[in-house]
Formats: sequence, C-alpha cells, structure tokens
Amino acid sequence: MLLAIDTSAGTSVAVVDRDLGVLAELTELDTRRHAEVIGSMIAEALRLSGVAVTDLSGVAVGMGPGPFTGLRVGIAAARAFAFGAHKPVVPVVSHDAIAFGATEPILVVTDARRREVYWSAYSGSDEQGLPVRTAGPGLVRPDDLPGAVAGYEGYRRVDAESVSGASIGLLAEGLYLHKRAFAGNDALYLRSPDIYVSAGPKRVS
Amino acid sequence: MTAGTAAERLVLGIETSCDETGIGIVRGSTLLANVISSSMEEHARYGGVVPEVAARAHLEALEPALRAALTEAGVTLEELDAIAVTSGPGLSGALMVGVGAAKALAVATGKPLYAVNHLVGHVGADVLRADGTEIELPTVALLVSGGHTSLLLVRDLVSDVELLGETIDDAAGEAFDKVARLLGLPYPGGPEIDRAAVGGDPKAIRFPRGLSLRKDMEKHRYDFSFSGLKTAVARWVEQKRDSGEEVPVADVAASFREAVADILLTKALAACADTGVKRLLLGGGVVANARIRQLATERCAAAGIELRIPPLDLCTDNGAMIAALGAQLMQAGHAPSGLDFGADSTLPVTTIQA
Repeated sequence: MLLAIDTSAGTSVAVVDRDLGVLAELTELDTRRHAEVIGSMIAEALRLSGVAVTDLSGVAVGMGPGPFTGLRVGIAAARAFAFGAHKPVVPVVSHDAIAFGATEPILVVTDARRREVYWSAYSGSDEQGLPVRTAGPGLVRPDDLPGAVAGYEGYRRVDAESVSGASIGLLAEGLYLHKRAFAGNDALYLRSPDIYVSAGPKRVS
Repeated sequence: MTAGTAAERLVLGIETSCDETGIGIVRGSTLLANVISSSMEEHARYGGVVPEVAARAHLEALEPALRAALTEAGVTLEELDAIAVTSGPGLSGALMVGVGAAKALAVATGKPLYAVNHLVGHVGADVLRADGTEIELPTVALLVSGGHTSLLLVRDLVSDVELLGETIDDAAGEAFDKVARLLGLPYPGGPEIDRAAVGGDPKAIRFPRGLSLRKDMEKHRYDFSFSGLKTAVARWVEQKRDSGEEVPVADVAASFREAVADILLTKALAACADTGVKRLLLGGGVVANARIRQLATERCAAAGIELRIPPLDLCTDNGAMIAALGAQLMQAGHAPSGLDFGADSTLPVTTIQA
C-alpha cells in the first residue's frame, strides 16, 4: 500500500493498493496552492482510504518535470512523510504516470509556464503494462515541439493539466512488482535557477 | 509569560525562510539540538542569496538535517510533543519547502503543528540561552539580517508583538554585501567588512545616516534606509578611483560600518527612550558584526538599558528558535495551527502564529 503525491502540475494525493487499486484520491487543479493544500489532502486521503500510516509500505512521489516551486512542495512532503513514517520514498517520473496504460505511441505535454512546455515521448506499454519512454522528458517552446521530437507526427499528443496521484501510486506499485528502476532522487526541474553572474557593481555617478 | 510555568514541551522546529536549512529541537527553554545546513557558499559567486538556489538546497538538506537533529538531541520523533515551522516572512519558494515538509511530517507522526513567525522566532531564541536567565518583558528588539531590519516592541512573546519600524529599502545585511562588492571583497560582506575595517578610522568619512533628518524622524522615526548609504559609499569610492587615488579600504569599511551601527542603535535607543522600556534585545545574523555589538554595549550602558544578545549560533537563522517559539506557544495553551496555512513571504510580526 502506498501514499502517492504529485505536485508537478496541480496537487494530487492518493492511497493505492496493488491488489485493491485506488483506495482514495484527491486532486486540486490550482497550480499556486500546493503548500496550502498538501497537508490536509494527505490527511484526508488517508482518512478516506481508512489506511493507517503504519500500514503503508512507502510513499510514491512524482519527481517532475514540473515548475520548480510547486514541484518541490510535493517532493519535500513525500520525503518528510516517509521520514516520519519510517518508510521508503519511491520516486517516479510524473509524465510516466500520464502515459501509464497507453496502448499506442503518445506524446505527453504539460505546461512549464514562461511560454514553454515539458514533453516526453512513449512508444506505448510493455508486456507488463508499464509505459515505455523513448525520449524526454524535455523542455521546449510549444512551436518548437515538432522539431524537438523525432517522429512527432507518429504520436498521439496528450496535453495533461494534472498528474493523477493514483496513477503515480499504481505505476510505483507496478515498477516495484516487476523489479524496474524507479526515477532518480533529483527533482526534474529541467531548468537552471534564474541566475546571472554580475559583471561587477554598476557606477552610480 | 515565562518559560517553565507549564510542562516543558519537546518540540522540533523547521526553518527554511532564507538560505539556511535549520532543524532545532528544544525541551521548553532547553536547547537539545541546533542543526544548520547553509547554502551560503553556493550563493557566493552571485554576491547574494539566489532564491531558487536556496530553495533547491533546502529540498536536499531537509532530511539529513532532520536525522542529524534527532541524533544530536537523543530523542525520537515519537517522543515529540509538537512540530513548529516558519511560515513567514521570507523567500516564498524557500518557505514552501519547510511548510510542505512540516505538514507531511505532522500528518505522518500525528503531532500537532505550529506555524510561527520567523522574526518573532529571533526574539524567542533568547529563551534558549545557556545561562538560564529569563528574558524580561516588555523589551525592544532590534533584528538585523541579510533579509530584515526590524525594530519591535515585544510585550509578550506569544501574544503581543508590535512592529515599531523596519527598513524601507535594503536590509542592513544586504548593504554590507553590496558595499563589500564595490570594495572588491567577497560575499558574505559582513565578516569581510569587519576584517577590512581593522585599523581603519570610523570617522574618516561621514557617510549618511538614513532617515535621521528631522522631517524623517517625524514620519519614519523607527524606520531604516540603507540604499542611500550604499550609493553614497559607491559615489565616494568612484570619485577616488576617477581621480586616480587609491581607495583607503580600511577607512571606507570602518566608516560605512560605523554609519550602519550608529543609525541602528540610535533608532533602537530612541525606541527604548520613547516607550520607557529599559531593555534591548538584538537578533539576526548581522549581530555577529563586532562593531555593532560593541556600540550596543557602550550605548546601552550609558543609557542604563539592559542589553541582551543571544548566543551567535542562535542569532543567525536556525530551527531551534522556531522550536522554542513553538514550545512557548504550546505551553501557553495556544491551539495548533492546523494544516491549511500557507507560506506568507510578508507575514507581519503581529501574526506570531499563523
């Protein structure tokens, strides 16, 4: 049984079980309220599912790609929850959860703000039903997408507004069951911090 | 309100408002752990704190710091009575890491959560001093850091804090960083200016004291301004360089530092005199500055004012002060904050608990 959290777009929290499926899921589409809603949503998802913290086997979390401020809230929450519950964190790529269950080549596209989008390309699913990512995640201007994705025309494009916590959780269960690699521990910001090294102090006189 | 009147509460505090990830653990007014992970070195080449760099560093530092603090304190999560977290003021993206983590930790452990004010936390740090002397209230508090320059009147730590004044532009610590840069000194500027000022004449150059003119003292009696001071130093240095003269770095550093220390303490002591409060508490990272502490000691002694300076590792941003304020709130019978508060980059000091 997993608690699953994703804040790469809106905020979505779920409790899932490999055999019983989705026990609870809550989603908030507002992309500017992650820090406000995350605590209550975790508490509510646990309450609705009737699952005790001690019964969880881990905490699955979407590592992005996603705009950094919100993305970090979910990862911080997942890590802190896991620390508090003495359970492991299971990181997954957020786009993989969107592609979970795909039966044809799809191109997952999500908003990166600043007139850019995140994308990942999938050939479909493997025999275990797990998504097969063939390229990405990447970051481009929407107009540059056809040029950035090889074979762009061959994909069905899926523009997603949110990433389901339940899909994050079920994907994590599937990866675990089939002994597949989880995502890395680094948040997938795909963007450098906004920094400019100054050329030195400007004259004032 | 005094510490120790109720059962002493075991509280873990989380602080991520700027560039230090701080996890502290206290039992009432006793410090058990104060773990600080700073991203300062990552900011050095940019000459100041880069918010996104700080926020990313918090995410990576949080769990190791939590682990280290529990080990240092010799307690388990299960033993805690509560968790406290800074919900503001500070850098939004940085605050949100702590807020998100604190909420999830509270739900996972079933512990009550207190969202507290960072600036009041700096005052709260004083209850942790090892000499055991208790803070007497009311007190005027002068909080000076890279992000804040505030003058408070604290009548009660958990229920009555008034903002007397604050900077209207740069924080004092920011001014130190900017002046250090124009003198070719590295970041952070405070210790560099302190070093460079050794042997310099603090009276060599009369740099302006912001908002000290008569008309300003009417409208901005307890407010500060350091932007003009920084520009005055820049202009003075440019003139020297333009005329081919060598810049007397020690004199500039000493004179600049004197201007900052002078205006900070002039206004703080004016607040003490106006309110009739004979106590002044200093807090914030800039208190590490030797000249500010020295001048505070001299002037408070002359004015018959009791000066309190918490230990330096509790003056810079830390989680222990947040835990201490959380413990004080809990011991005073305040209800927890619940789970719905947000990170508030401009949280006013009057909101001690969100």
